[in-house]
Amino acid sequence: MIAELGHFALVLALLIACVQASVPLIGAARGHADFMRLAPAAATAQFLLIAVAFAALTHAFVTSDFSVSLVARNSHSAKPMLYKVSGVWGNHEGSMLLWVLTLALFGAMIGWFGRNLPAPLKARTLAVQGMIGVAFLGFILFTSNPFERLAMMPADGNDLNPLLQDPGLAFHPPFLYLGYVGLSTAYSFAVAALIEGRVDAAWARWVRPWTLAAWVSLTIGIALGSYWAYYELGWGGWWFWDPVENVSFMPWLAAAALLHSAVVVEKRGELKSWTILLAILAFSLSLIGTFIVRSGLLTSVHAFATDPARGSVILLILCVFLGGSLWLYALRAESLSSGSIFAPVSREGALLLNNVLLAVATAAVFIGTMAPLVYEAMGDTISVGAPYFDMVFGWLMVPLILALPIGAMLPWKRGDAAAALRKLWVAAALSLIAAAAIYVFYRGGSLLAPFGAALAAWLILGALIDLGERSRWDLGRLTRLRGADWGKILGHLGLGLTVMGITLLTGLEQEDVRLVRPGDRWEVGAYQFEFEDVRRVQGPNFIADRAAIRFAEQGQALSDGVVLHTEKRLYTVQRMPTTESGIRSGLLDDVYLSLGDQREDGSWALRTYIKPFANWIWIGALVMALGGIVSLTDRRHRVGAPARRGAMAGQAVPAE
Amino acid sequence: MRLFLVVIVMLLGTFAPAMAVEPEEMLADPALEARAREISSELRCVVCQNQSIDESDAQIAGDMRRLVREQLLAGQSNAQVKQTLVDYYGEYVLLKPEFSVKNALVWGLPALFALLGLIWYLRRTGRAGGGDAVEAEAPVQAPLTELEKQRLDALMREK
Repeated sequence: MIAELGHFALVLALLIACVQASVPLIGAARGHADFMRLAPAAATAQFLLIAVAFAALTHAFVTSDFSVSLVARNSHSAKPMLYKVSGVWGNHEGSMLLWVLTLALFGAMIGWFGRNLPAPLKARTLAVQGMIGVAFLGFILFTSNPFERLAMMPADGNDLNPLLQDPGLAFHPPFLYLGYVGLSTAYSFAVAALIEGRVDAAWARWVRPWTLAAWVSLTIGIALGSYWAYYELGWGGWWFWDPVENVSFMPWLAAAALLHSAVVVEKRGELKSWTILLAILAFSLSLIGTFIVRSGLLTSVHAFATDPARGSVILLILCVFLGGSLWLYALRAESLSSGSIFAPVSREGALLLNNVLLAVATAAVFIGTMAPLVYEAMGDTISVGAPYFDMVFGWLMVPLILALPIGAMLPWKRGDAAAALRKLWVAAALSLIAAAAIYVFYRGGSLLAPFGAALAAWLILGALIDLGERSRWDLGRLTRLRGADWGKILGHLGLGLTVMGITLLTGLEQEDVRLVRPGDRWEVGAYQFEFEDVRRVQGPNFIADRAAIRFAEQGQALSDGVVLHTEKRLYTVQRMPTTESGIRSGLLDDVYLSLGDQREDGSWALRTYIKPFANWIWIGALVMALGGIVSLTDRRHRVGAPARRGAMAGQAVPAE
Repeated sequence: MRLFLVVIVMLLGTFAPAMAVEPEEMLADPALEARAREISSELRCVVCQNQSIDESDAQIAGDMRRLVREQLLAGQSNAQVKQTLVDYYGEYVLLKPEFSVKNALVWGLPALFALLGLIWYLRRTGRAGGGDAVEAEAPVQAPLTELEKQRLDALMREK
């Protein structure tokens, strides 16, 4: 009964979305205030109805109602409660429901928090948001109904893939979706602005916080997924340039570019047309991600051809939203572009460079991800994997990183490169010293480590000097810095921390693979290890062999060391083996142990890794996200926003 | 993101996280073994989803790793070993495609985008042709709409 209620709520939500997509648009065109006022109400109603549907599906999972086909296929009565709940979105139908729930949430939030938006812009934005809702609610109801019942109810369910039974993964999809779908707001604002035919500083101020919120969620979502891969997959890989990862990374890059170009629109009234295009492309990349993941196109073009229903519908949705918005863009772009010249050494010149590099990087990731599909469609094959992306993406990031601290210091309109460099020479000198120190300390390691350390130190020190200059080297002023300034500095600092983690981990990692028996001792890097024993343990829905390994730093007595456990698990319902790594996390390095299979002679395969600076990758990502959140608290996003100055539009707003 | 991969691969039933390189396979000479690992990370396991043979525990990945090490023991260079693998399994095994006409899409297109980006940057910063645009054009003043007038009035009254 509750499942049917959820289904019914979803149908009602679709009807409401149809109203939201049309009536406010007419209202905005004809100037009917009542019609326009309908939009926020419809958005709220749509959100509540989808929330009811989502709650109904969650209820079915929590109570293990195996008469619902989706629950029977993806859950099990013995599964821990957390994973019963996260199982709701651990499958196609449920994850699409989460997708539209997030979409409706953003629509409703524009209604709630967008009080200072001019009525026509708000009505049009919400109408576009409603159109996306119509498309995806229709998709769910007609091709992927999560509430379908089974005629014959099974005694128990199929269980969830054990790899997904993990707290990291429980929260990874919701954050990723908040980011993906959050970019729909930037898209809706862009299309609404195209319909109105005007983009100005006020528009940029309205669209920025929404893009920022989406970007923060994407950052957290990607970091969670990466950290999950690090500890769960058993060899400490944290990024694979896998198509599914790339499709979340491309919107992140595009959103990062959009955040920077929107600043130029706000402060200088330039790059308007490009910013609109970026907003459209960022959300389109999210849609492409949804499409290639949901259609099965990733595995093969042929897999897509065998079950085309879902894939074709999403492809159709993608074509309508991308094609429609680009058509509108083509009609209006001319009137938006101004094409005045930027001084190369100025804040806007630097932000333009940032956008060029981020856009080319996004394009390169896109080409690398899609090329195998294109070649396959032409009857040929090609592999594009990590070595390609590392090289192409890596070299695009080098000029970005080199230019970043300088660009961040430049004033608007006309800057003085020599003055900026005078402030930064300490950072440059210390970065080179850091590189030399890494080179000497880890002699024989890869050259990536000192090179990367120099770039990362340049970013980190550059951000700190930026902070110092902003506060005029007066600690008392730090608390009075604006949220947006803190956000910028934290964002750049976080990037530096992440670059430090990535390059030092990649360049300096140490690995040891061996067969061991209880009592065996070995050394890796600065640590010594002893294999103590292996015990059979019983978990709630798995059995495991748990190995105990004692380790200590060289020169320390092993008896004073620490015991780490690593397990080989067998999940009994799905008959699937998994590895639980034993990790001692630290700021300077992680000790990472991973148990393999037992050999006939009773010995165990074991991998030992020393992973220097690994945690900096995710700490950096969190600092970046924190920067976004701090920037969101900036009062100007709320108080300054209503000041759409008609006469000032398009004119240079005084910087700072 | 990884989640979706796992879900998809689970449907295909080919994925089980375990060790890739087994201790028995490894070469006694650490320098040679390091080269084997480096080569392995650039070769694709032909039955896997975007995994190098260094990461995969599929049977064929093991066979390919053994082939790599046999070739290294026979004294071949890294490039020769990769070529041998390409001869056996096709160019498909290279995770970084070769520079060739056939692969113009993956190498040429990003380069083209980079070039276009550079041209755009140079034009906007006035360092290349087309620098005829006027500095700070006059803002286009659209007349206020009815709604904006109402809003303006309301704001004026507030003050």
